[in-house]
Amino acid sequence: MKLHFSRKQLIIPYALFMVLFVALPLLFIVFYAFTNRTTGAFSFDNFIRFFTSSTSMSNLLISIGIAALTTIFCLLLAYPIAFILARSNMKKKHVLLMLFVLPMWINFVLRINALREFLGLTGMLGQANFFNTILGMVYDFFPFMVLPLYTTLIKMDKSLIEAATDLGAGPVTTFFKVTLPLSMPGIISGVTMVFLPSMTNYVITDSLGLGQITIIGKLIEECFGTRNDWNLGSAISLVLLLIVFVTMLATGGFKEEENGSRGAGIW
Amino acid sequence: MSEKIIEFIGVSKTYGKTLAVENVNFYVNKGEFITFLGPSGCGKTTTLRMIAGFEMPSEGQILLGGRDITALPPHKRPINTVFQRYALFPHLDVYDNIAFGLKLKKARVVLEDEDGNRIERFEKLTRDEIAEKVQNALKIVDLEGFEDRNISTLSGGQQQRVAIARAIVNEPEILLLDEPLGALDLKMRKEMQLELKEMHRKLGITFIYVTHDQEEALTMSDTVIVMKDGNIQQIGTPMDVYNEPKNVFVADFIGESNILSGLMTDKFKVKFAGQTFDCVDDFAKNEYVDVVVRPEDIIMTDAVGGQLVGSVTSSIFKGMHYEMTVMVGKNEFTVQSTEERKAGETIGLNIAPDAIHIMAKEFTVNKFDGYVTKKNTVVFGDGEYEADVTQLYPGSTLDEEGYLVTKNGEKIDLTDVDVSVEVSLKDVDIDDSIEEANAVGSIISIIYKGDHYQVIVRTENEEDYVLDTEYLWNENDTVGVRIPSNKIRLTLKPEAQQK
Repeated sequence: MKLHFSRKQLIIPYALFMVLFVALPLLFIVFYAFTNRTTGAFSFDNFIRFFTSSTSMSNLLISIGIAALTTIFCLLLAYPIAFILARSNMKKKHVLLMLFVLPMWINFVLRINALREFLGLTGMLGQANFFNTILGMVYDFFPFMVLPLYTTLIKMDKSLIEAATDLGAGPVTTFFKVTLPLSMPGIISGVTMVFLPSMTNYVITDSLGLGQITIIGKLIEECFGTRNDWNLGSAISLVLLLIVFVTMLATGGFKEEENGSRGAGIW
Repeated sequence: MSEKIIEFIGVSKTYGKTLAVENVNFYVNKGEFITFLGPSGCGKTTTLRMIAGFEMPSEGQILLGGRDITALPPHKRPINTVFQRYALFPHLDVYDNIAFGLKLKKARVVLEDEDGNRIERFEKLTRDEIAEKVQNALKIVDLEGFEDRNISTLSGGQQQRVAIARAIVNEPEILLLDEPLGALDLKMRKEMQLELKEMHRKLGITFIYVTHDQEEALTMSDTVIVMKDGNIQQIGTPMDVYNEPKNVFVADFIGESNILSGLMTDKFKVKFAGQTFDCVDDFAKNEYVDVVVRPEDIIMTDAVGGQLVGSVTSSIFKGMHYEMTVMVGKNEFTVQSTEERKAGETIGLNIAPDAIHIMAKEFTVNKFDGYVTKKNTVVFGDGEYEADVTQLYPGSTLDEEGYLVTKNGEKIDLTDVDVSVEVSLKDVDIDDSIEEANAVGSIISIIYKGDHYQVIVRTENEEDYVLDTEYLWNENDTVGVRIPSNKIRLTLKPEAQQK
């Protein structure tokens, strides 16, 4: 006997997955975020606690600061490399690209520990916690910036560059008026993949910042762990979600790709 | 006297080992509409890209109005290009695409200060100036009101027009067009052809056009440059290249042709397809020539009154005319006429003297440089052949050890002796079995010559074999080359003779 599936039936496993692992957990978070820790009644208590605590607020600001710096450094480092690789006529350039991306395949905790050992050897560890944290973040998230940039740049129609020079634009003008705007999808995709995760990656602040720097991710971890305050933890998570949502909206991450998808969206 | 705007002097372009353009010389007059015509891979696009500045010649010079611009980057040349696939900027709307070049442009402004001194300055165009020029360009390409449209919402034809507007708005001295109509449908293409021609007339600037479409080239151009294999085959007006093709390739590529082998039997007399015809081209008596007759120049008569008599084998209605295939003995003629003759009919064919175009045979014999090996075989044309080396010294023989013994009893070791090799076009055989062949190559050209095909086989190291065959092969077929040993004519090279 043959099994027949209609298109509608095929959606069942995915719908189940979505309900179990996306919708339900989100509902739990919303539930905890909006209930009082002791009474269990509906309240905005948790949000008020978060936004009125000066330590929480400074943690949030530090997180944003670290994430912003990480993103900027990643972008400044990755763009030239992606650009040169995409433009070169080298035959084995994807091998070179792979070397840049290779660290992604090595366990992240191991890499950070290795970096920690290295910093210890040079005597840097404990001397400049903020710098070390940024260094670790850039090291860790760099491949996530290179890949989308490279994919956009390699797919860019070379005749557009020729058209720009043909119309009188020198190399610099061509870059800023054509190459850069056209690689925006790659930049956005890289920025979202670096900025948001680096706000919460407390493993790096713990290892390289020796726990002296508390970022928002650490705060959430503490709430659910040592402080056993699920309500506050959920509320902070929701705030973070809102930040994600707003940044996506601002960078146009929700926009339907207009001209036949330039393909950089890993999203 | 017209003024040369672009001149190529001995320009070659190589990519690695392959030669894209080979020692090309030509010039373009100011205000001319010139077209590079040829099959794909003939070097026409490379030539255009060298004019634009996207490619640098490997050798030679490019002059613009007498000034050497060989090394000038594209953004400094007063030349704009309409790209094959338009290359419009997807992140800009129609207005900004067209204004792209204008915004970068600096115009020379001459001012007078209070003391009456003239000051020259380069100033960017003002916003209003740009807007006005963009409006004008949109008007020329018939796209008024499209300023704010997104590029991706435009049809192919509209994108084409934006691409043209973007180029002409900069008022270049030369407009380059790289197969700009290739992506459009037939009707649209015909319309755009006329519009481009009209635009050329109105703007008065030089148009340099690239196409593989011979009809397009003939319709629009003042001058056509026919290219093949990186070489210029003919430069002339559309009338010239159609009516007086310089060689068989041009005749075959432009329009339809009957190409036949002929022999000059006397002054202004040529014999082909078994008959002698009067002709107007002057060639030496007894010279073998190629004869080209256009299908529309053959007049059909009754069997009795015809110079040639043959039977119609097929007849096809082509809209404007009928196209008949007529077999005259072993020769096949294509005839176009508004009246139809049915298949099976026996008819006569007449050809007027001025409809017979005679050209020197491009290939009469294969010539190679070769050398003799230890085994007394000969290496030439990318292969090793058995050949009779005793013909190098009349009356000589080979002894058991492989030495050549001349008729005077002198012993000669022929190893590594350089020889000239000649093989007639009829004596080169090709077939599908490449394993045991003497040389292997692929077919790069096939021209039908009435009763046989002339095929050119090119080996990996760019050695060409030209051969006549009755069998039809396909271009790009890989074939094995064989030559019977008694058909290889060897002569000593002059320097070898002195030894």
